[in-house]
Amino acid sequence: MNIFWLVLGGAFTGAVGPGVSVLYATYGEVITERAGRINLGIEGSMLMGACFGFLTAVETGNVVVAILAGGLAGSLLSGIHAYLVVFRDTNQLATGLAVTLFGAGVTAYAGRSFVGSSIEGLNPVAIPLFSNLPVVGRALFQQDLLAYAAYALGPLLWAFLHYTKWGLSLRAVGESTNVAFAAGRNPARWQVAAIMAGGLLAGLGGAQLSLALTHSWTEGMTAGRGFIAVALVIFGMWSPLRAMIGALLFGGAIGLQLQLQSIGAPISPFILDMFPYIITLAVLTVWTGAALRAMPEGLKGVLKGTV
Amino acid sequence: MVNQVVRKSFAALSGLGALTTAAALVILAAIACGPSAPAPTATPAGAMPAKPVAVAPTSADLGGGSPEAFARVFADALASSKSRPVSAFADAAKPLASGQKLKVGFIFVGSQADLGYNQAAYEGSVWLEKHMPDVEVLRAENVPETAEVQRVAEQMIRQGATIIFPTSFGYSGPIKQIAGRYPNVVFLHQGDLETRENYGAYFGNIWQLEYAAGQVAGKMTKTNKLGFIAAFPIPQTLLNVNAYQLGAKSVNPKVETTFVLTSDWCDPAKQTTAVRTMIDSGVDVITQHQDCTKTIVEAAERSNIYVTGYHQDASPAAPRAWLTGAAWNWGPVYTELVSEIRNGTYKTSVIFAGLEAGFVKLSPLGKSVPADAQQAALATVEGLRKGTIKPFTGPIKDQKGAVRIAAGVTPTDAELQTIDWLVEGVTGNIK
Repeated sequence: MNIFWLVLGGAFTGAVGPGVSVLYATYGEVITERAGRINLGIEGSMLMGACFGFLTAVETGNVVVAILAGGLAGSLLSGIHAYLVVFRDTNQLATGLAVTLFGAGVTAYAGRSFVGSSIEGLNPVAIPLFSNLPVVGRALFQQDLLAYAAYALGPLLWAFLHYTKWGLSLRAVGESTNVAFAAGRNPARWQVAAIMAGGLLAGLGGAQLSLALTHSWTEGMTAGRGFIAVALVIFGMWSPLRAMIGALLFGGAIGLQLQLQSIGAPISPFILDMFPYIITLAVLTVWTGAALRAMPEGLKGVLKGTV
Repeated sequence: MVNQVVRKSFAALSGLGALTTAAALVILAAIACGPSAPAPTATPAGAMPAKPVAVAPTSADLGGGSPEAFARVFADALASSKSRPVSAFADAAKPLASGQKLKVGFIFVGSQADLGYNQAAYEGSVWLEKHMPDVEVLRAENVPETAEVQRVAEQMIRQGATIIFPTSFGYSGPIKQIAGRYPNVVFLHQGDLETRENYGAYFGNIWQLEYAAGQVAGKMTKTNKLGFIAAFPIPQTLLNVNAYQLGAKSVNPKVETTFVLTSDWCDPAKQTTAVRTMIDSGVDVITQHQDCTKTIVEAAERSNIYVTGYHQDASPAAPRAWLTGAAWNWGPVYTELVSEIRNGTYKTSVIFAGLEAGFVKLSPLGKSVPADAQQAALATVEGLRKGTIKPFTGPIKDQKGAVRIAAGVTPTDAELQTIDWLVEGVTGNIK
């Protein structure tokens, strides 16, 4: 039984650590896709956030400025995507991948001389009482501020999408640009704003990765977590609340596999390493039917046959 | 009111369109060029004498190792090699025209500032350049262990490189595929156990220092739990974790080592998660076999546990947590290999040596380590150097308690490199 709790605790510890950055990127992609656009450049935006957040922290020593710089860098990169897909009408999937490659190149170059740098970064702050809860206490309530902000952001984004005029406009654009246009909304502006806001959130996720989780910058350090976020949006059926579950599940799978290894569970580490991706795939397979019904109309042209 | 503000900011956002046009052009260029690896950059060296000089390292260069042992390692390897001397085919063994430099290419899998494997190799290449002024080093960082390394090596060869050091373990396959296509170029792989006529290999017994570091860790742990974060279960790694546990156990019979794999040579997010997971399960001294070591070393400092280093001295990153570490000393090795090729005497072989020949060295001991433990660590290093301490002399049991090395038997270096099991006291699974 002890082992059971240890493993569960380890899974939670792991879940929140690597989960937070994925969660931000998932929020970002939810906003983007709710406006009827898909952005595979989110991986690039995360890298931009991780890299420029870290660089700013090294140069200024101010972590708040660094977080903002990370978000801004992510947003600017997705601005390129926004321009191309909204105004030049390029293929969204190809453009997103190109944007990711571009972001990877820019950050590899810009971050080159900062790989060995050290920063104070963003450190965990324990929330009294809550952090003493068994099993989940330390995992959930001894985290950095960006993690706490991520907890709050889910419900806030959900409320924004469902209970505000802007949220309604955003969703309307995502369902039908024609109807939104007839109702006096400018779909192009809404979509650009949504894509750039999505990039901002992904950039914040990247900044969490470099400033809070690892205190490091390494080329390509997001290791595909932005693409996982795209899958988690489908799992989350375009809802920020379900996205929270998805990101925790993905992070938890990473934590769980490390924890199972460290207790010497008789499972191959190679199989364990596939865990997060197997879970993502399994969830996509099981969810597809329901997900298709929840998908914004505007995305169907792009994603038909791919979900 | 608020709506107005928002409308204005959206207008401003769409104004960004003009700016992004320029960026779009850049993207198109990026697409046209494909995912770009950093181009090898030439690093000019200083003055250049007409002829290469053989550089005999001193004991200080070898971290306390003996110059005679160093020379003997190379002499023995050449004597036992079945290949032709490179003078028969290598461009690098031909005389240089006056003013011309010998171009040597170094390919790294990570960043040269990773406080780890690649920094150690990079510093070795700097040493080479400094000690052989007529050598010009070409470098490429962050080159993946795929066909990409073939492309980078071929690009270096087109730039005139006649010796290539592919310094990562995973380069062995792709480089062996192209070695035959460039019979006049000598490839020197870091860590392979096989050779071709123009493809030699070398490596160091860094596990010796893992044994010494394990001893320090075994003395410093309060919980009797050590943590070892590795990437892949390759023999080098298994040898290291085994030596670490054996070292720790030699001073602390109750000690255990937890072994986890991240399946990536450098994924800081997974490294950090592994550290947190280990701390949750009671580990209070951590070490690693990753390429980039900074993240784990700093995480240990922040988490109030101890850390022993690997590949490279990272003590400045963790003034309190740092105990000691195992480190490479590649400079003299690279220099000797290049000067032997230059003189035409080199024959491809697998060269292995450890402390005795100064291929590896102990990183500085941290201030948290008490004086008597520091003395003991230095004594252990001397014992390993002289051969009076042989950690892998049997009886040695595996995880399940079966005797894998019989009493009194000491495996050879080559036998150690084929280890595929973990010693008693290591928790973890590798198959």
